[in-house]
Amino acid sequence: MTSLGEPNVIAIVSFIGFVLITLGITYWAARRTRTSAEFFAAGGSVSAAQNGFALAGDYMSAASFLGIAGLVSKDGFDGLIYSIGFLVGWPLITFLIAEPLRNLGTYTFVDVVAFRLRQRPVRIAAAISTLTVVSFYLIAQMVGAGGLVHLMFGLPYELAVVVVGVVMLIYVLFGGMIATTWVQIIKAGLLLLGATLLAVLVLAQFNFNPLALFGEAVKHDGAAVMAPGKLVANPLEAISLGLALMLGTAGLPHILMRFYTVKDAKTARRSVAYATSLIGFFYLVTFVLGFGAMVLVGRKTIIAVDKGGNMAAPLLAEVLGGTGFLGFISAVAFATILAVVAGLTLSGAAALAHDLWGHVLRDGKVEEREQLRVAKIATIGLAVVAIGLGLLFKGQNVAFMVGLAFSIAASANFPALLMSMTWSRFTSLGAMTSMLTGTIVSLVLILLSPTVWVDLFKNAEPIISLKNPGIFSVPAAFIVGIAVSLLKPEPASVQGFRAAQDRMHLGPRPR
Amino acid sequence: MDEDVEKLVARRWRVGSVLTAVMVTAYFGFILLVAYDKDTTGALIAGDRVSIGIVLGAALIVLAPILIAIYARWANRSYDPQVEALRKKRDGAP
Repeated sequence: MTSLGEPNVIAIVSFIGFVLITLGITYWAARRTRTSAEFFAAGGSVSAAQNGFALAGDYMSAASFLGIAGLVSKDGFDGLIYSIGFLVGWPLITFLIAEPLRNLGTYTFVDVVAFRLRQRPVRIAAAISTLTVVSFYLIAQMVGAGGLVHLMFGLPYELAVVVVGVVMLIYVLFGGMIATTWVQIIKAGLLLLGATLLAVLVLAQFNFNPLALFGEAVKHDGAAVMAPGKLVANPLEAISLGLALMLGTAGLPHILMRFYTVKDAKTARRSVAYATSLIGFFYLVTFVLGFGAMVLVGRKTIIAVDKGGNMAAPLLAEVLGGTGFLGFISAVAFATILAVVAGLTLSGAAALAHDLWGHVLRDGKVEEREQLRVAKIATIGLAVVAIGLGLLFKGQNVAFMVGLAFSIAASANFPALLMSMTWSRFTSLGAMTSMLTGTIVSLVLILLSPTVWVDLFKNAEPIISLKNPGIFSVPAAFIVGIAVSLLKPEPASVQGFRAAQDRMHLGPRPR
Repeated sequence: MDEDVEKLVARRWRVGSVLTAVMVTAYFGFILLVAYDKDTTGALIAGDRVSIGIVLGAALIVLAPILIAIYARWANRSYDPQVEALRKKRDGAP
């Protein structure tokens, strides 16, 4: 039987060690965080490899580690659909977004959308979509954190939520982007190390031949684990999910924000290359973990501990490496959540302080000190909201909220970002309506879908049978953006396009 | 000079869109295969140990960094020097 959920010395020591080291880094970073540029973008001082790890750290949430390993251990092939979907957006970021974004903006992706447009309408719409994405992502992480810590350490849910919120607040408030970047780097390193060690232990049982592992899974649980199951009930659903995962990655505000932490476009490009390799490797490893857990732990045991299968990787660690390794993996999972929450909060603070306060309320003429002060107040506010939401949604099934965040990012942020960079006739009104359309259509469709209308609100029948809104919300955002721009042309935007192109590709002019 | 910048921009978007199209086609091809032909996707190979779908999926995961490497090679060799030249023309010697 498992010792999961009992106080585990190694887990507690590892986790406290992680927190102490990261707080030490925060203390060091705090002395280097005196300006907005340092608070939001680490002063552009991060190297390509560092940013690659940090991007990977921001992106590899506990949902990918525990969630995908669990999904694979439970349903086999279906889990693979998610891991592929989570990766294929990265090349798009490289080919279309990273370099122009770095050259054109300063702190948020909205800088790029609003570059040659009227600031107010664009910034307001983008802040709405950013804060919506960040909130749903935060809820999913906070509720996940509370549940996981309860399962793994036996700590009360509420305490776990408060601990995550407070520690994250300290990182962001005092250490800004510099501390957050280092937290992500350490976390990514630990996560990759833990997952790789675990995968090596699994493969060691099969003469280091993955085929032998897969063959054992077929023998053990039947050929069905190698085939698509109920996740892709119909093609429309599959395409819709794929669209949201792929384009959503390229529209996540906390990921896009990371490109401002490096010195130039070339470094931004190199950092995505690092990140994609690390994340791709990680998903291949997760796959070994999932099938390893299926064979070595057994599906019955995994489901008995947690219906969602989320404890597959920790259980596998216990079977292969004993209580000590279980403790280490548990601590890594907790650290993972902590780091992701910090990144999200920082991007929410940037939307509030830079986009809303700086550009909407102060017309872009905000004083340096004031902007930093507003950013810090926003950070405290967001931390309180995150803790509050975590407590409010206790016991709810919030797994769909990550999907919702991806859908909104794919439909509200990605289309506007792409059109602003490539289309001269894109207008302020077009950008605003496109972003609002993406956000609202995603929200409404999910509200009426089986996930919320039936599972959450307990209605008998969904109003729309589609679970993933991407196939409607992404085209809707493009169509509205194009139609509105064509109906009401904006000469100033067309005139500004040349200068934007120049700066997007050659970089800002020297001062 | 504006014309040179425009040419460069056009080339970059062309390379970017071709590589994007490769990734999108490969990914949605996979999704459609999974959705429409579950039997082929689930067919076992390699001594009944692994399915075609799993192998293709792993190949897609490997394809992503490979495409990025191709792009990075092009950018390092051809794009960066041109950007540098145009930037010097615009801003004067660094």
